[in-house]
Amino acid sequence: MKKLRVIAGAIAASLPALALAGYDVNIPAPKTPISMQIYGLHMEILWVCLAIFVVVFGVMFYSLFAHRKSKGAVAANFHENHLVEVIWTLIPFVILAVIAFPATRTVLAMKDASNPDMTIKVTAYQWKWQYDYLNDGVKLYATLSTPRDQIGSPEEHGKITNEHYLLETDNNVVVPVGKKIRLLITANDVIHGWYVPQLGVNQYGIPGFIKDTWFQANEAGIYRGQCSQICGKEHGYMPIVVEAKSPEDYAAWVKEQKAKQAEAAQPADKVSMADTTAR
Amino acid sequence: MSSSSTHDVYYVPAPSKWPVVGSTALFLLAIGFVSLLHFGKTQAYVLLAAGFATLTYMLFGWFGNVISESESGKYNAQVDASFRWSMGWFIFSEVMFFAAFFGALFYARQMSVPLLGDVDNQLLWPGFKPDWPSMGPYNATEFHPMSAWGLPAINTMLLLTSGVTVTWAHWAIKKNDRTQLVLGLAATVALGLIFLFCQMTEYGEAAFSLATGVYGATFFMLTGFHGFHVSLGTLMLIVILARSLKGHFTPEHHFAFEAVSWYWHFVDVVWLGLFVFVYWL
Amino acid sequence: MEAAHAHAHDDHHHAPAGIGRYFTTTNHKDIGSMYMWFSLIMFFVGGFMALVIRAELFQPGIQIVNPDVFNQLTTIHALVMIFGAVMPAFVGYANWQIPLMVGASDMAFARMNNWSFWLMPPAAALLVGSFLVPGGAAGSGWTLYPPLSIQGGISVDMTILAVHIMGASSIMGSINIITTILNMRAPGMTLMRMPMFVWTWLITAYLLIAVMPVLAGAVTMLLTDRHFGTHFFNAAGGGDPTMFMHIFWFFGHPEVYIMILPAFGIISHIIPTFARKPLFGYASMVYATASIALLSFIVWGHHMFTVGMPAAGNLFFMYATMLIAVPTGVKVFNWIATLWKGSITFETPMLFAIGFVSLFTIGGFSGLVLAVTPVDITLHNTYYVVAHFHYVLFSGAIFSIMGGAYYWLPKWTGHMYDETLGKVHFWLTAISFNITFFPQHFLGLAGMPRRIPDYAPQFTEFNQISSIGAFLLGFSQLLFLYVVIKCIRGGVKAEAKAWEGAEGLEWTVPSPAPYHTFETPPAFH
Ligand code: HEA
Ligand code: HEA
Ligand code: CUA
Ligand SMILES: [Cu+2]
Repeated sequence: MKKLRVIAGAIAASLPALALAGYDVNIPAPKTPISMQIYGLHMEILWVCLAIFVVVFGVMFYSLFAHRKSKGAVAANFHENHLVEVIWTLIPFVILAVIAFPATRTVLAMKDASNPDMTIKVTAYQWKWQYDYLNDGVKLYATLSTPRDQIGSPEEHGKITNEHYLLETDNNVVVPVGKKIRLLITANDVIHGWYVPQLGVNQYGIPGFIKDTWFQANEAGIYRGQCSQICGKEHGYMPIVVEAKSPEDYAAWVKEQKAKQAEAAQPADKVSMADTTAR
Repeated sequence: MSSSSTHDVYYVPAPSKWPVVGSTALFLLAIGFVSLLHFGKTQAYVLLAAGFATLTYMLFGWFGNVISESESGKYNAQVDASFRWSMGWFIFSEVMFFAAFFGALFYARQMSVPLLGDVDNQLLWPGFKPDWPSMGPYNATEFHPMSAWGLPAINTMLLLTSGVTVTWAHWAIKKNDRTQLVLGLAATVALGLIFLFCQMTEYGEAAFSLATGVYGATFFMLTGFHGFHVSLGTLMLIVILARSLKGHFTPEHHFAFEAVSWYWHFVDVVWLGLFVFVYWL
Repeated sequence: MEAAHAHAHDDHHHAPAGIGRYFTTTNHKDIGSMYMWFSLIMFFVGGFMALVIRAELFQPGIQIVNPDVFNQLTTIHALVMIFGAVMPAFVGYANWQIPLMVGASDMAFARMNNWSFWLMPPAAALLVGSFLVPGGAAGSGWTLYPPLSIQGGISVDMTILAVHIMGASSIMGSINIITTILNMRAPGMTLMRMPMFVWTWLITAYLLIAVMPVLAGAVTMLLTDRHFGTHFFNAAGGGDPTMFMHIFWFFGHPEVYIMILPAFGIISHIIPTFARKPLFGYASMVYATASIALLSFIVWGHHMFTVGMPAAGNLFFMYATMLIAVPTGVKVFNWIATLWKGSITFETPMLFAIGFVSLFTIGGFSGLVLAVTPVDITLHNTYYVVAHFHYVLFSGAIFSIMGGAYYWLPKWTGHMYDETLGKVHFWLTAISFNITFFPQHFLGLAGMPRRIPDYAPQFTEFNQISSIGAFLLGFSQLLFLYVVIKCIRGGVKAEAKAWEGAEGLEWTVPSPAPYHTFETPPAFH
């Protein structure tokens, strides 16, 4: 097993090496401007914390080693030293300010959903996702497509053979590469969370409210995520699969979807928000 | 602060069955209430009745103990100070309890209702106008909120006056003027009862209910919780009145009285908050 | 504990013999012991649930419990651990130690004290018993967010009422503790000369009185939304589920400091004792504790970075949260400065204290990572958060509770515990704890959501390591139980001052502490 080797290597290596040993122990490869910033921020904080840890606990373990009674250490009797106390209050403060600065920039950037190239409304249900492409008129539902009989005791059902067990849907959300996509997220019953790590998005869908966020995938590919907020029995079974395609492929996909939709003009989705929220 | 000027010993009560009785009462009430919500009514009423009976038994027994300990002079100055600290902190906890409900009111008015009417939410709630008072976007209809200048204004006067009468009684107790003490207390109790009566009338006349959106919910939660506190306060005042009639309390030693008057002032102040934020603005 | 004592006073009744005395007792030592036993039992109950969770997560797929039951286990595991194990343990320590430390004859309200305790068993019965009602226990996570908690059945109401009762117990307990501290100190013990544990409890009790009523308010609104047609948390009526989160976390964040401040206090006694050196910066420790408590009221939004607050809200809560690292750092640095140039020995309490300082700091650092809004976006509700809070809660709160138990067992029982077994218990716990929770950081970074019974295969290995660690960790705690029972039943006789470096009034009374102590206030210098 490749992963086992990674783990063995990781445990043998020191802590800093762990963070670099591969994506298995770190945030998955970031694919949007925001998630890249997130990745960078996380690495920065990780290194800062590791440095503080090494210094502070270096001192502590030195003291534990050198000032043992069994080695004949006699206790000194000093306490309170204003200079030291001021220094160790100020230094962390400065370190925090240094972290806060880039973090503030990223927060402002991720909150700025203005001027999108397209808007998708995402509605969460127990336990599926509905996507309305507000510009292109496409509408689709996405549910888990892992066969039910794979979920259950591996002894009964054989080993899990499906590569994307639990992380696959019947209809993927298709988006064009390089476009700023605004998501209007809501839910229809309980709170859910639209979470795709590689896109740097994690946003609750709150029943009765629209919350917005955005992403811009810079690379074609398939990005997988899951519902991030407990929403009942099948909370573990409502994955999100985003497929980023070239704008041409995207246009083709939209056409195809529209043709499908026209065929099966769905009359049944008149259920409005209010009907299910009101009791 | 720790007073050791009195060299007598801090009174530690004897083992007592009341705590366990009280816990039993609350347990009965809890399962009775759950049954009321989910199972057969008869069974629920039996449990609730048993719970209330046990609670009453406990309250009489426990407070009876405290009163007789107090009257027999077991509580020295330090114990008295303990009671003062504890009543102060208890009232603080009540303030925070109300703060949760006031927080809900402010949140609804400043955040949730305006949000529901913003541009994005037009997708979900087309045409909703986020004015306060609001019953929310789903089947929003006209309704008449409670006006501040009828009964509520009268109630404000009643409570403010009762704050004066209870202070009058306090002044009397310090002068050891039993007649005025009883008069002041009786007036306060009466004002409290009238307040409660007005509040009931107001509820009866209300053109909306607990279910009238977030306005109805915050209105009844805040006023109801306050009304519950007024009822408790009135009950406590009645007990103090009865004790005064029995000749309890001295000009120096009457913390039970003061505790109840603190509580009463607290209920009064909360009402002012209600009057301003629930009825008026 | 029945040692005869000279100053029998009329009002100090000897307890009725036998178990029955515990129902009626007004003695802070009896009540403290009951709290501690209750806590230990709940720790095993909650731990048992954790082990079922870990067993289910040993591999992908559903093997042991169905997803509904899994959510219920998660919810009740957390509530039992927080309200049943950690908080009562600290209240138990407060009961035993505060009167001894400040030189009071008992708690200020000895009778109400017993009620605070006896409210806990009915509440626990409602909480744990809710597994038995139709529909099973509440399965919405311990945060009880609506509308999911509104969908739940009977058990949600039982949970709400349990929270009300436990809240009442906490408020009464806190009032008692504050009053005891403010009003019953031995003459000469000014506020700034109180033992650190007393200080941390004073501030903790203040936090409890400030936030337990807010939680009670939140669950009351939940109850009326569930049954009486109100729309506090329902958009259709103009309410908002987010409102519940704000109110809940206004309680919830101070709550986590409620579970760590007394731990800081305990550690601030153990480290000076075994370094044989006074605490480095007493005053700055007090101010740091107070700052943490005050800051804790304005950081709640860091649990809600993903609800879609405006940028200004996110930034405010990010800055405020990061600030807490400063006073917490002051504490850590103080402990280390106390160790510096000490004369250090490594008895079991000291091992737990050192474990606490190192591992809690790891948890603090992961907290700091989460405090940075953009990073939290990618880690929120993943196992990274689970790792974070078990580091601060287990290697924080629980380590201090265990360290405190070893530290004070001689005073409580009159016997020294078995040092070898204690050390074995520490090492087993510390190692298996890290095996259990360190890999969860990786799971979270890789994107494994929390509160799921089944996961994608790429998460398998770390989950297996974690589950194996959890079972080791769980069974290591049986050793603790054994050591405690062994210590109660016998062992080397403990001196009044059981530890060479121990300071404070509690070490001036015999071990075990007599049933009544300090009936006349001691002199304090
Ligand atoms: C005892 C309990 C406890 C404690 C003490 C803490 C302490 C902290 N916590 Fe934690 N937290 C929890 C219990 C606790 N937490 C729980 C239970 C949850 C999850 C709830 C749920 O959702 O179910 C949670 C969740 C949680 C979140 C939300 C995560 C999410 O859901 O997305 C965040 C985000 O900011 C956070 C941050 C912090 C921070 C910054 C601290 C700080 O106080 C830490 C400060 C300490 C240090 C930083 C280390 C020592 C300092 C130094 C050595 C100085 C130098 C350091 C620097 C300059 C960096 N916590
Ligand atoms: C103080 C608090 C505390 C403590 C001590 C613990 C202790 C443990 N916790 Fe937990 N935990 C929480 C607080 C705590 N936890 C909270 C707040 C949550 C969030 C819940 C939510 O999402 O809503 C959580 C969630 C949580 C999860 C995530 C669940 C999910 O998201 O679905 C996991 C998974 O591994 C876990 C594991 C453990 C383990 C293995 C321990 C171990 O330390 C336990 C050690 C085991 C024992 C001590 C038991 C010993 C028992 C035996 C030996 C068997 C004998 C049995 C009997 C005699 C009855 N906990
Ligand atoms: Cu949907 Cu969790
Ligand atoms: Cu927090």
